[in-house]
Amino acid sequence: MTRVVGLYGRPPTLSARARVVPVLSVLAGSLLPACFPLILQAPMLPPLGLMTLLAWRLLRPGLWPIWAALPLGLFDDLASGQPIGSAMLIWTLLFLAIDASERTLVWRDYLQDWLIAAGAIAAALVAGFLLALAAGGSGSILLIVPQLLASVLLFPAVARLCARLDQWRLR
Amino acid sequence: MARPSDRRPGYSRRAQYGLFFGYVTAVSGAIVALLLLILSAVDPRGFGALKGAVTDATLPISAGGRAVVRTVRDVGSDVGAYVDAATKVRRLEAEAKRNETRLIQARAVAVENARLKRLLGIVEQGVRPVAVARLVSSSGGSVRRFAVLSAGVASGVRAGMPVRAPDGLVGRVASAGALTARVALISDGGTVVPVMRARDGLPAIATGAGDGTLDIRTLGAEANPFRPGDMLVTSGAGGVYPPNIPVAAVRRVTRDAAVALPLADPARLDYAIVEPPFQPAIDNAQQALPPAPGE
Repeated sequence: MTRVVGLYGRPPTLSARARVVPVLSVLAGSLLPACFPLILQAPMLPPLGLMTLLAWRLLRPGLWPIWAALPLGLFDDLASGQPIGSAMLIWTLLFLAIDASERTLVWRDYLQDWLIAAGAIAAALVAGFLLALAAGGSGSILLIVPQLLASVLLFPAVARLCARLDQWRLR
Repeated sequence: MARPSDRRPGYSRRAQYGLFFGYVTAVSGAIVALLLLILSAVDPRGFGALKGAVTDATLPISAGGRAVVRTVRDVGSDVGAYVDAATKVRRLEAEAKRNETRLIQARAVAVENARLKRLLGIVEQGVRPVAVARLVSSSGGSVRRFAVLSAGVASGVRAGMPVRAPDGLVGRVASAGALTARVALISDGGTVVPVMRARDGLPAIATGAGDGTLDIRTLGAEANPFRPGDMLVTSGAGGVYPPNIPVAAVRRVTRDAAVALPLADPARLDYAIVEPPFQPAIDNAQQALPPAPGE
């Protein structure tokens, strides 16, 4: 992720593809677990929408306006089965937290990015679990541990994919 | 590498205002999200149309993929069946011999049952299913356990209807789109099913544990009466679920509850049957259905 591709921030003109690809990739990430053609008895699929969003956020800090997590989170809630508003709230708080972390942790490389993403995913899964409980579910917190580990380990792959998409969209 | 920042907009007033309003939007959006959360805790069926539209959109992909998964699984089990064919045949022959006598007894019981029912004047009306459809996918990432059914409002499916399979109870419809419906499985933490032990009619409450099993608790305060192997069927109490649908078999007994495994495995179902909500025939006052337990 330390490889510099193109410009940082938002250049004056961007093609439609360059603007649309990040949004579409996050929406596809939200839809993918819902399309998975197995009836799972436990939450096992990683939150791909959130992971894609985080990968883009860490790859290109200036890409998303700070409120971008709201509409993307709403779509994720509609697809994921979580109570409406949970991803909207959690993702926006994560964006604000990452924004704040960038004021203090100025110098960072890939490993720090992964750590930040791991923390963010863990926080989002635990918060999502608690919100699902509050909205009428029940279950043990141990249910999300395999999902959490898989998501953290899978994040580098998602980050690579986003970097590839980034190269392609700015070509 | 240092992060470049467009959060420091310099002297441009326009950029400063833009940044400021971005934060205002984010924070007020978060507050709106919190209100939406409270709303969805109070009324879980809210936004059913929007959720339905999203599952409708995913139907072609998941239904296609589901066919592939089914084929692969069938091939796998076919190969497995060849490997231990001889032992299986021997076992089945022994079982068939044992079942023969039981079948004759069962026929006699059925005849007697019909005779007694005629005596008592009970007219059994069969329930016409609303729709018969496949389960195509499930909520992958959330702790809530919802499955997507490939039939929706267009087929008459409405939120609140019970869903069953030939093997047993599957769940109930949580929200319905035009072509798909979201089914809260009985193993979902928000689903509560009034059940009774098939053997003696001991009433109990089955709550989803979220991991594919059910927590069974009795209504009374007596010591835990369940034994592994106990069969549980719906009791029909409170409406919604028709009585005498098989639900689960007790697998393990803990100190104050029992852990049961659903009899209908949603992952292996060929078809799920949507039935109209059960209303006990006694309620001549046409009372409204009580609110769904746990929802």
